[in-house]
Amino acid sequence: MPLIEFCDISKSFDGELVLDEFNLKIKENEFITLLGPSGCGKTTTLRILGGFETPDTGKVLFKGEDITNLAPNKRPLNTVFQKYALFPNMNIAENIAFGLKISGKSKEYINDKIKYALKLVNLSGFEKRSVDSLSGGQQQRIAIARAIVNEPKILLLDEPLGALDLKLRQEMQYELIRLKKELGITFLYVTHDQEEALTMSDKVVVMNQGYIQQMGTPEEIYNEPENAFVADFIGDSNIIDAVMIEDRVVKICGHIFSCIDEGFGRNKPVDVVIRPEDIIIGKPGEGTIDGTVTSNVFIGVHYEMCIEAGGFEWLVQNTTSYPVGTRVSMKVAPENIQIMHKPQSEDEEAMALDE
Amino acid sequence: MMNFKTRKIASKVCRGLYLAAILLFLYLPILTLMVLSFNDGKTMTKWMGFSFRWYEEMLGNKVIMDALINTLTIAFWAAAIATVIGLLACIGMNSMKEKSRLMIMGLNNIPLLNADIVTGISIMLMFVVCGISLNYGTVLFSHITFCIPYVILSVMPKFKQLQNSTYEAALDLGASPAYAFFKVVLPDIMPGVLSGFLLSFTMSVDDFVITHFTRGAGINTLSTLIYSQVKVGIRPTLYALSTVIFLLVLIILVIVNILSSRKNR
Repeated sequence: MPLIEFCDISKSFDGELVLDEFNLKIKENEFITLLGPSGCGKTTTLRILGGFETPDTGKVLFKGEDITNLAPNKRPLNTVFQKYALFPNMNIAENIAFGLKISGKSKEYINDKIKYALKLVNLSGFEKRSVDSLSGGQQQRIAIARAIVNEPKILLLDEPLGALDLKLRQEMQYELIRLKKELGITFLYVTHDQEEALTMSDKVVVMNQGYIQQMGTPEEIYNEPENAFVADFIGDSNIIDAVMIEDRVVKICGHIFSCIDEGFGRNKPVDVVIRPEDIIIGKPGEGTIDGTVTSNVFIGVHYEMCIEAGGFEWLVQNTTSYPVGTRVSMKVAPENIQIMHKPQSEDEEAMALDE
Repeated sequence: MMNFKTRKIASKVCRGLYLAAILLFLYLPILTLMVLSFNDGKTMTKWMGFSFRWYEEMLGNKVIMDALINTLTIAFWAAAIATVIGLLACIGMNSMKEKSRLMIMGLNNIPLLNADIVTGISIMLMFVVCGISLNYGTVLFSHITFCIPYVILSVMPKFKQLQNSTYEAALDLGASPAYAFFKVVLPDIMPGVLSGFLLSFTMSVDDFVITHFTRGAGINTLSTLIYSQVKVGIRPTLYALSTVIFLLVLIILVIVNILSSRKNR
């Protein structure tokens, strides 16, 4: 039985539909991330599970039990809020002890738990400090400590790293993965940062406009996006109109490429996703298609270039720099060409293309 | 160089003089009153030596002491009740939609701008129309009425500064709504609540016009008492009394300022 089950959840605010018949099952001990642009319904999903919003229709099940109308303070879960939400009138120890005191734990138990939790988040000895004296990253770790001492069955995290700078964010990502392993509890994580989602999750749920676009492991989401929205949202990509000539053969920009996809039919219009790092650059005539470099920017690990070929601007990443104006050829290994069905209905199109 | 230095000194002196003039202008009348309250004689023009005579007379005068007690008890209860009502109103307004909240804030500000005499007469008329005889209770009621807007005005900004998520975080950690309010929300907005209370207290102590219209025959507060005695002729006892009122209000204002500056830190 799944730990959490969302069944046909719909929710609208002021007549605007935020979640439309949303269904999701969360297994025990999973690190699951809801990923999507702002307004896609991911935070609303989290707040419905936390008990801060009531869905218009549908049910939330916890181990098969309906908790849709249960008050937030009666739910066996805890939340780490986006802006930490520490209590400024209490010191760190009092903040962490808040939930334990309410559940009537003994003084020794509470003190042990505070020590344990502070050690877990690498802030031992901070008991007497005030909230104001802590940096953003430290406050966030205290917010996590405050939530996990209550031993929730599932920990909800609402963009907890959003307010931190890049370096701290990366450190905290590893810290969260470690915590998850040590605690062995389920994490439901909400973010709009695709890198964060890919780094930490066992399972990523890509959402847009209240719909689930794709669900899968980070590798699946990155390597086999099911539609243009996912391909575009996760990492950089070239999304190109193409025609599936037959099984394993696709025509892109008038040139024949071989691929490994089958079952799309003959002469069928499709969308093709090619990641910029998968394009191999060579001398003119050596590859499948020739083109001209139109821009070239150094972005650290590699150069990011635009190559005009066959009427399309290809985004290409390469560690070798090709100056603007150079004639080059491009080829792609068959397994790196991802074929997607074109959206069928208008509804699907809206789902896929709107951002 | 010398020229520059002299100019600098001159500007410093001018600044000092200007400040002194303003302070003198503001505080000389009160200072005069205070000095005269210690004058051992009835004359306003001649210093007869220092004495606490008028303070003693004030403490021994039952009419004055009754008025003082009325003033303080009315101020305390009016401030306390207005604070509770205003706080509850703020809790409600905080969860309203922006539009309705702004409308209510607008309605709240009207009594603040309204002339006291209009408020006083209209409250009196209401009591008369309803057949309620004017007494201590009617004064208290009208003081509560005009204090509520001040409480809302000082508490509402604290609600806006409040992170809504701390309340939700408390619920999330298992707190009941009431426990979350008293443990998490109230401590955060306490400076606003306290300054609302003290502001109400001083407004109530300070009020003459509204009290005058709603007090009826039997009871006096300090301000109405002083007013009625002015007509008969002023005794220096009233200077002593005015000094006491001034110091009382001053102390409360200092407390309010300390509280609000501590909050803004």
